Amino acid sequence: MSNMKDMTGEQIRKKYLRDGMLPTIFCSGCGHGLSIDYVLWAIEELELDIDKVSFASGIGCSSRIPGYMNADGLHTTHGRALAFATGLKAALPENNVIVFTGDGDCTGIGGNHFIHAARRNIDMTVILLNNYIYGMTGGQLAPTAPKGSIATTAPYGNIEHAFNISELAVALGAAYVARWPVSYPYQPIKSIKEGIQKKGFSLIELMSPCPTAFGRRNKLGKIDELWNWYDQNSILVEDYERILNFGTEEERAGIQGKYKIGVFQNLEKPGFIAEYAKLVKRVIAADDAKFGGDL
Amino acid sequence: MKKEIRICGFGGQGVILAGFIIGKAACVFSDYNSVQSQSYGPEARGGAARSEVIISDEKIGYPRPIGIDIMAAMAQEAFDAYRGDLREGAIIIIDPDLVPRNDIGTPIYRVQVQKIAEELGNKIVTNITMVGALIGITKILDTEAVKKAVIDSVPKKFKELNVNAFEQGLEAGTNARPE
Amino acid sequence: MTFERDPVRIRRVLGDKVQFIQGDMAVAYGGLLAGCSFFGGYPITPASEVAEGMARLLPRVKGTFIQMEDEIASLAATIGAAWGGVKSMTATSGPGFSLMMENYGYAIMTETPCVIANVQRTGPSTGQPTLGAQGDMMQVRWGSHGDMEAIALCPSTVQECMDMTIECFNLAEKYRHPVCLMTDGEIGHLREKVVIPDEDEMDLFERVLATIDKDKFIPFSESQTRDSKVPDFPTFGSGYHTYVTGLTHNDKGFPATDKQPDHERLILRLTSKISDDREKLTSVEEIELDDAEVAFVSFGASARPCESAVWDARKKGMKVGMLRLKTVWPFPRDVVTKLSKKVKKIIVVEMNLGQIYHVVKEYAVKDCEIVLAPKVGGDMHLPHELMEYLEVSN
Repeated sequence: MSNMKDMTGEQIRKKYLRDGMLPTIFCSGCGHGLSIDYVLWAIEELELDIDKVSFASGIGCSSRIPGYMNADGLHTTHGRALAFATGLKAALPENNVIVFTGDGDCTGIGGNHFIHAARRNIDMTVILLNNYIYGMTGGQLAPTAPKGSIATTAPYGNIEHAFNISELAVALGAAYVARWPVSYPYQPIKSIKEGIQKKGFSLIELMSPCPTAFGRRNKLGKIDELWNWYDQNSILVEDYERILNFGTEEERAGIQGKYKIGVFQNLEKPGFIAEYAKLVKRVIAADDAKFGGDL
Repeated sequence: MKKEIRICGFGGQGVILAGFIIGKAACVFSDYNSVQSQSYGPEARGGAARSEVIISDEKIGYPRPIGIDIMAAMAQEAFDAYRGDLREGAIIIIDPDLVPRNDIGTPIYRVQVQKIAEELGNKIVTNITMVGALIGITKILDTEAVKKAVIDSVPKKFKELNVNAFEQGLEAGTNARPE
Repeated sequence: MTFERDPVRIRRVLGDKVQFIQGDMAVAYGGLLAGCSFFGGYPITPASEVAEGMARLLPRVKGTFIQMEDEIASLAATIGAAWGGVKSMTATSGPGFSLMMENYGYAIMTETPCVIANVQRTGPSTGQPTLGAQGDMMQVRWGSHGDMEAIALCPSTVQECMDMTIECFNLAEKYRHPVCLMTDGEIGHLREKVVIPDEDEMDLFERVLATIDKDKFIPFSESQTRDSKVPDFPTFGSGYHTYVTGLTHNDKGFPATDKQPDHERLILRLTSKISDDREKLTSVEEIELDDAEVAFVSFGASARPCESAVWDARKKGMKVGMLRLKTVWPFPRDVVTKLSKKVKKIIVVEMNLGQIYHVVKEYAVKDCEIVLAPKVGGDMHLPHELMEYLEVSN
C-alpha cells in the first residue's frame, strides 16, 4: 500500500482529476473541495483501479463532484443518485460505486431512496456533504438546518427539527456509518477507506461549510468562524457516551445539542450483492437439478 | 364456430383457472383461436367473479364476449349479476346447491359439481368438475384436449384428484338434461 | 462478472413453445428473450404481473430483479443498470408512469437505452386501476419537460406484447433512447396463445460498444465508427471515464449550461436521430385498405373492436378498412397522409377523449373527413358502436 508521504496533494489531483473541467464551481471557503481530496487519498491508499470505480450523484453543489473525477460518473436527477447507483451496482457487482450527495439531495427530495438503499444494504459508499442548506439554489432551508437558523425560505428562523441523517442510517442497519467535519484532515480519509472496503451500505457524512449560503446569513460568514463553530458544536461519540453515562450534570448540559462525530456503526453483514448472488446460485442449482446438469 | 363462454362464481372459487383451462385446451391442444379475460372487484377473496372465454375457428377481434352462448355459474350472486347478456338459446349450467334460486323460466342444466368434488375428497376441485360438466354438456372441445389442459394447469401432486374431478364432471354433464 | 445472455437457459425457463398466457407475462417473456438482465419495478395494477414474471424468471437466467421503493427509483435503477452495460427494463401503469417522467427525460438527455412498459389504465390520478385505457399517448410523447422525440409501440395481441417488447429493446439499443411499450390493462390481462420464437427466429440488435482509442473517443456526438447520429456506448467500467449528465452538455459530456449553440446542437441531434429514421422505424398493419372508402385508424386494444367492425362492415358490402399503428411514436405521418388521399373518411378510434386524433388531423389532407371515436371509462368500444361512425357525410 502506498504511503501518503509519497505523493503531494497536487500530484494526487493531477492523477485523478479530469482535464477540462476545472476550476470547480465551489465558492472560496466551501468544504466540498476537501472531500474530493479525502476520497482521492482513500482511492490511492487502497490502490483501487480507477477504471473500476464508478461515481454517481444527484443535484446540488456536492453532486458536481463526479464531473471533476477522471472516472466514470453518473450525474443524475435530484435526490435519485442512490436509485441509479443501485442499478449500476447490480450490473457491475465487482466495481466500486461511490455516491456524492448533499443534505438536501439525500434527505429532502431523496430521503426515500436513501432509506431503502441503506435498508437493502446495497454495496456502495455514500459521501454525504452536509452543509445544512440548499447552497446551489441560493440558500433555501434544508431538512438538516439547525433550529433557529436563517435561510432564504426561513427568513425569520427555522422552526422545524433537524434531520439527523447518520442516526437514521444507524437505525436502518447500514453496515458502516461515520460523521466527521471536513476540518478534520485524517479521520474522514480513514472512514472513507473503511467504507469502500465494507461490504454493504456505508455512509460517511462530512460536515462541510457553506460560507456563502449558510454562513453569511448565520453570522458564520468567515471560514474560520465556521470551522470554529464545528469545533464548538461537535463532540466525539465516545466522549458523548462517556459524559452521558458518567458525566456531571454540568457536563451533561454541555453536550446538549452538539453534533456527535466519529464512527457510529461498523457491522459485518453480507451486502445485497452477496445475498442476491446466493439467491441466484440457489435457483440455478434447483433448475440444473431439475433439467439435468450445469449448462 | 364461435362460442362465447362465461364461468362465474365468487372470488377464490377458481373461475379464472376454469376459463384458463378451456381457453388453453382450445388454442394450445386444439386448433382453435381463443382468448380469456376476467373481471373481478378489488377484493382478493369473495365478491362475484367471472372468467370469459371466446373460442373461434376465425381470428378473434373484439376480445370480450358480446352475447353469451354458454354460462356456468357456481354462486348465486354471480348467477344473478351476470345473466344480462345471454344469447337466445344459451346453455346455462349451474350447481343447484350453490345457486338455489335458479328457476328463471327457461330450461337449464343442473349439475351438483361441488358435491362431486366433495365426494372426491376436496371441494377445491369444484371448478375442474364444472369444466368437465361444461364439456360434457356442450361438446365444444375434444375431451382429451381439455384433459391435457387440466393436467398442464394444476400442481403435479394434485394431478389425479383433478383428472378424477374432470372425468366425473364430464360424465355428470354428459348425462345431464336441461330442465 | 458481467451478464451474458444464455439462450439455452432462457428457453429452458420459459418452457413450452406454445403457451396460453397473459399480455403482461408476455412482456416479461419478451424482455427475457431480448436479453434483459435487470428489472427494477414497483407494484401497480394492472402492470404488477410483469414485475412478478420478472421476479420469477430473471434470477434463473442470472439476471437481477429488484423491487424498488417507487417508480422514480425503478426507472432510475433501470438507467443505472444500462450504464453498467446490461439491457434493462421497468414496467408500470399511469400513476407510476407520471412519476417516471423525470427520469424518462434523463434517459432521453443522456441517450440511455432502456425499455419502459406502460400498461395503461384510466386517469388522471388513480383512476380505474383494473381497467384499460389509452390516455397516456400524449404523455409518452411530451411527458418530459423540454424538446424530445419518443419511440412508442402499441401491441394489440398477447403475441405482440412479447414480440414488441423484443422490438422495443432493439430500438432502444439502436437509437440509445428509452423506448416505451404502450400496452393497456385490457391486453395486459388478456390471455391468448403465444408462440415463443426460437433463437434463429429472432433478430436482436446488440448495443454498439465504444471501441476506439480512449483519448480519441467523443461520447456525446455522432458515432465515430459508423454513419449514425447515435454515439457508440462507453459502458462504465470499460475505462472510458465517461461523465454522464442530464445537464446540457457538449460532445465530451461536460456541462454547457450557459451555451446556446451547445444546447441547440445536442437537442437537434437527440431529436433528429429518431425523426430522420421515422418512416424506417415505424410499422403499421393495413387491413382491407385496397378498395376502402372509409378507414379506421387505431392502435393497441382499441384496434381489436375496429377489426371486428371492419369484418362486419365488409359482410354488409361496405368498403371499409383499417390502419393499425403498431408504432405510434414517431408518428407514421407519411402513411397517414397517403391514406387520407385515398379514403373519404378516417375514423380515429382510441380509448381516450382524443389524442392521436389530433395527430392524424395534422397529417391528413384537408379534403379527407377526420372523425374521432372516443371512449373512456375502462371499456373498449363495441364493434357495433364503431359501425355507427361509418356513414359518409357528403
